[in-house]
Amino acid sequence: MDAAVLIQRFPSARVLPSQDMPTVEIPASDLWAAVRFLRDEQSFDLLADLCGVEWKDRSARFGVVIHLLSTTQREYVRLHVPALGDCVPSVSSLHPGANWHEREAFDMFGITFTGHPDPRRILMWEAYPYHPLRKDFPLAGIEVPLPAADVAEVTGQTVEPAPMMGGPFVSLGGHFSEGEPSALDQSWNEEKPKA
Amino acid sequence: MGCSPNLPKTTMVKSDFGYNSKIEGEVIVTRADAVVNWVRSNSVWPMPMGLACCAIELMAAGGSRFDISRFGMEVMRFSPRQADCMIVAGTVTYKMAEVVRRIYDQMAEPKWVVAMGACASTGGMYRSYATLQGVDNIVPVDIYISGCPPRPEALLDGMMLLQEKIRNEGGSLRRTFRGRTVETKIVS
Amino acid sequence: MKITKEISLGDVAARSEELRGENMILNMGPSHPATHGVLRLSLELDGDKVVKCDPVIGYLHRGDEKIAENMTYNQFVPYTDRLDYLAPLANNVAYAIAVEKLAGLKLPPRCEAIRVLCCEMARVSSHLLGIGVYAMDTGAWTVFMYTFNERERLYSLFEELTGARFTTSYTRIGGMTRDIPDGWLAKVSAFCDGVERTIDEVDKLLTRNGIFLERTEGIAPISKELALAYGLTGPNLRASGVPFDLRKDKPYSGYEQYEFDVPVGTKGDCFDRYLVRMEELRQSVRIIRQVIKVMPGGAWYAEDAKKIFLPPKEKVMTKMEELIQNFMLVTEGPQIPAGEVYFEAENPKGSLGFYIVSNGGGVPYRLRIRGPSFVSLSILPAIVPGNFLTDITAILGSLDFVMGECDR
Repeated sequence: MDAAVLIQRFPSARVLPSQDMPTVEIPASDLWAAVRFLRDEQSFDLLADLCGVEWKDRSARFGVVIHLLSTTQREYVRLHVPALGDCVPSVSSLHPGANWHEREAFDMFGITFTGHPDPRRILMWEAYPYHPLRKDFPLAGIEVPLPAADVAEVTGQTVEPAPMMGGPFVSLGGHFSEGEPSALDQSWNEEKPKA
Repeated sequence: MGCSPNLPKTTMVKSDFGYNSKIEGEVIVTRADAVVNWVRSNSVWPMPMGLACCAIELMAAGGSRFDISRFGMEVMRFSPRQADCMIVAGTVTYKMAEVVRRIYDQMAEPKWVVAMGACASTGGMYRSYATLQGVDNIVPVDIYISGCPPRPEALLDGMMLLQEKIRNEGGSLRRTFRGRTVETKIVS
Repeated sequence: MKITKEISLGDVAARSEELRGENMILNMGPSHPATHGVLRLSLELDGDKVVKCDPVIGYLHRGDEKIAENMTYNQFVPYTDRLDYLAPLANNVAYAIAVEKLAGLKLPPRCEAIRVLCCEMARVSSHLLGIGVYAMDTGAWTVFMYTFNERERLYSLFEELTGARFTTSYTRIGGMTRDIPDGWLAKVSAFCDGVERTIDEVDKLLTRNGIFLERTEGIAPISKELALAYGLTGPNLRASGVPFDLRKDKPYSGYEQYEFDVPVGTKGDCFDRYLVRMEELRQSVRIIRQVIKVMPGGAWYAEDAKKIFLPPKEKVMTKMEELIQNFMLVTEGPQIPAGEVYFEAENPKGSLGFYIVSNGGGVPYRLRIRGPSFVSLSILPAIVPGNFLTDITAILGSLDFVMGECDR
């Protein structure tokens, strides 16, 4: 299937450059109709993946990326959906498999899916207050109380941030010329112990 | 047959709790603690808290190549009431931590805990928001086994160390809990 | 004296609500021998029949996707081992191919053949364990022992190839860690003969075993439409009658040159899923034999990938350019151009998908892992209700999931 077929049917969509499969950006208002069109008329019968992404320079902070697979035509298509207002319509009525994927996108990013039958967290526990995969959430985590109060009382344990030791030691610049990667936390070294 | 004047070798290392102190005729005279510890060490029934990849190596140790049955430990009881030793094999997440602690609390005394693998000992390579950095933050641990995953031989070595610990204990156990050593009295 | 009590039928009808009672909420907890890892099932039971099933996952959520945003591409390979920890080589290969697609790398034929060999051996390992544990859950302990014995032989082979029994971390972006050692292929060939005997033995023990058939035949049939609706892939999808196999329909890493059949089921019940896995075992052995026969010589990594693969050590120690290249690659990671890619590989449990968004540089911007077990478990609320409590172990065993992939 060519992306042009989708653009013809949904004029507000636009093609994004991609090297492996037709990629189309679809506004959230057209999403449900587009997925139904792809499923019933273009034979994209399997929802391969649905995930949330946090974009840096796009119209919305979050987006949902949906990969659909046609088992008969043996091809994929990718849909980018900007989550304006952190909200996207749910496609779980068309593909029931999207149910859990959407719960995970909500859990990890905080994207709400309107029309979802069961909007709960799936990977973290219900009372967890943060959305871990957001870029402003640190890898080590933020301290919250342990989900079980009685265990926390007996052991005194909380959900504490993991000891990062000044890491992670990767250079996020992307250019060879920017210099060597160094520890993000320079406040302690061999001479100066950690405060 | 008369009694032999040469005393047979003992299997114990610490002289205080010699398994065989005297032989008089066909009677062995020893200390009750020593016999009880010997029995306990040779029939440790593990409760496999198999959470992740280490559980597969635990199962392999129970298989026929590495045969944990040689040590009397093939009876893997999944019910905490019937088990002696909880082998925490795999990554403990904060969501799972309360379950591990509850199951530990349900085990009957005397009980021991073995932290198998890097994830159970210190959180392993998962330094993230969701992983408990070591199961010794919620349960007192007796033996740490390193490896990712530890080979079944390493697990068996750790269990042998546990057996020695059980045999040599004189009334109380020294364990690590939340970074400090704690002494707990064994209730015989 | 006989005491009889007059009960009018009207009475019973009026009291039937009270007589029926409440449904029982049972928690098949995260620590359970038959749940194959830390899965919690919140069940509502009407006597012995399940009325509602709500799986609770996340007990093994370790934050892999967040960790990936802070690691270079090669540093993330050990984390991929621990996704489906029953077939780590297959995950390594799937991840490496996904990143190489993003980088636009072409791999030499020897590298591709080694990867196919690794994937198929991992498939044999995973299916042997899947069938062994499934049989153990339904009561056949002997099968578990036999299959574990075979897996130990596989572990020895993996150890000779990669250095570790099962968390192998064998692939790198652009190639492998090292070449195949001498004499290893002959050992793999000998292993194939042995495993075929074991497969026949397991077949004799299970396939026409009355008890096994009673426990698995007709239990939880998944129709073609339901399987497609829930996004099932791999043996679970094929057992429901959809003949889709990524190795044949979207071949990667040179799979198109090997001859093999893809077993497809008809009814989609637990027994069909078991049969599909048994047949896949035989087909995998067939592929392994073909790869050994045609193993091409030559380079085992992409030699022209200057900014991606480490140069050979003898050049690093003697030449300046390679020394700098080595330093940059180790500290900054393989330089992958900006873009996005989604690649699915036919893993033993289903299609393992990697969606990678890169902004250039050595660290991915977003790495999404589509775990097949996550999708397999999502179908439980649809197929478990209506079955007995004891059928749940058969259903879970037949779906063959692993929590490392599900929770990541």
